[in-house]
Amino acid sequence: MTPRRVLRTVVGSLMTGATYGTALLAILPLAAILAMLIVKGAGSLNWDFFVKSAVPLGESGGGFAHAIVGTLIIVALACAVGLPVGVATGIFLAEFGGGRIGFGIRFVADILNGIPSIVIGVFAWSWVVRPMGHFSAVAGGFALAVILVPIVARTTEEMVRLVPNSLREAALALGYPRWRTSLQVVLRTAAAGIVTGCLVAVARVAGETAPLLFTALGNDFFSTRLLAPMAALPLQIYRYAEGPYDDWHRQAWAGALVLILLVLALSLVARAVVRGRRQHA
Amino acid sequence: MTDLSATALEPEVAPRSTAEERWRALQTVSRGDAVYRLVLTVFALFLPLLLLAIAGDLVVGAWPAIAKFGPSFLVRSIWDPVNDQFGALPLIVGTLYSSFVALLIAVPLSLGTAIFLTEFAPRWLRTPVATMVELLAAVPSVIYGLWGIFVLIPLLRDHLWPIARPVLGHLPLFSGVFYGPSVLAAGVILAIMILPYIAAVSREILLAVPAAQREAGLALGGTRWETVWRVILPYGRAGIIGAVVLGLGRALGETMAVTMVIGNRHEVALSLLQPGYTIASAIANEFAEATSGVHRGTLFLIGLVLFLITVLVNALARFLVWRVARGSSVGSTAL
Repeated sequence: MTPRRVLRTVVGSLMTGATYGTALLAILPLAAILAMLIVKGAGSLNWDFFVKSAVPLGESGGGFAHAIVGTLIIVALACAVGLPVGVATGIFLAEFGGGRIGFGIRFVADILNGIPSIVIGVFAWSWVVRPMGHFSAVAGGFALAVILVPIVARTTEEMVRLVPNSLREAALALGYPRWRTSLQVVLRTAAAGIVTGCLVAVARVAGETAPLLFTALGNDFFSTRLLAPMAALPLQIYRYAEGPYDDWHRQAWAGALVLILLVLALSLVARAVVRGRRQHA
Repeated sequence: MTDLSATALEPEVAPRSTAEERWRALQTVSRGDAVYRLVLTVFALFLPLLLLAIAGDLVVGAWPAIAKFGPSFLVRSIWDPVNDQFGALPLIVGTLYSSFVALLIAVPLSLGTAIFLTEFAPRWLRTPVATMVELLAAVPSVIYGLWGIFVLIPLLRDHLWPIARPVLGHLPLFSGVFYGPSVLAAGVILAIMILPYIAAVSREILLAVPAAQREAGLALGGTRWETVWRVILPYGRAGIIGAVVLGLGRALGETMAVTMVIGNRHEVALSLLQPGYTIASAIANEFAEATSGVHRGTLFLIGLVLFLITVLVNALARFLVWRVARGSSVGSTAL
């Protein structure tokens, strides 16, 4: 081997090794974050955490029940508005999205997806909070719905596209009109994929804090009133992390552990289902 | 064979229908289709309306500030809510600076990861590593912030900086006392947060490079690394730049984690170790408490600036990614 050849081989091996190193560095933070959440959070998780609300300053104990319930309510509100619009848009993009309108809407969906969530919060504030005159769970749900729509639209589109064309053709050949083909054959086939796509999107908005800061605002008391400020898990974590008390920090870690378990469970389930479907398609 | 074609050619004995009946039947079919299409189109048109509504709302909300300050708002550094005097320069600089630091760290790491995942990793390792990297994107921002405050900042301040100080301490980039919350901490957190986006999209781009390119590179006698570096990466260059720009868009608008670690000070600082401020953090911190119309208008205005920057950046990224992977939905899931 000529020296040049040796050099090239050595460089190749070094760079290959370097990519191993970068991959290791890339997954290190996930491991570090999960480890810290378990180490710091698990110890503070107890029954009280799930059934009690925040206690007044100076008292120890208390829990995140109000925040957990709040997050569930706000996310449910967001789903009620955001999922139908998102799914319908996704079906439109997959079934009729070949033309110029489809191209434009796909582009707009991607642009909406890239808008910082804090800006969506500002938008929700001036469309819901300002007219109503006060912060509310509904405003938080509205903000999250706006974030939900473009994500759901794009994942739904992808899932509907995975349905083989032969199925469509078979239904059309049997004399089905296009709309019944779409609703009864294509969507039924894509249903599991669409549901998992929705789950991923829901997991993402469930962890959003910024759009809730001045819409749902947060609340230290247990509240299920939709027109009043409501606590949410991410908001409570933020407040407690920024606060000066050790007890708050402990609870913030516990809350973060609950939040991440919720989010990761949703994403992992969704991922497994999608991967299975892709292999079949 | 002859039998089959004979049956196929046999004329169907169908009930006779008039041309008018058949026409009506066809019409009802297409009417159902038209309704279906119309309903879906109406839903889909929500999205452009939403985009317009957001843009319009920001302009209207920002008007008091636009009318009062004009373009000089963008280059002034004053921030005085008591006397209603505002300038966005520190915020704009801080936003760009922290995102730039993030890109500096995240780009090599995510490109290396993408190359590893498509070219060098043993097959059994690819899916688990790819999944783990993608899960980074699922971690909520506030958890990054929490981790940043209690793990990353102490690590940087108490363990890494004492080691690096003798070497880097005299550079203006690292001047001043390092208390913890800083542009550096924000940049590192942002890098971790955008890494999965850049890695996922570049990985899809690399996978979209035709196998013939790879084979040609190897057939010409290149080592596997040379094939990657001189053939595959140049082929996907536009898409990879698009992936990086997507990551930039994420970093610019990221709010919670940055707010929690950057220190939130309205000053233009060159040193990475000093606190800074970003547009998103300023809105997050001040919006709920802004009482005067001008203060609130100012926050709308910097929101508008952030909106315009991210729309431009994302449009550019889309364009670049599409150029490589036209027609496919590469990157849409990573958004």
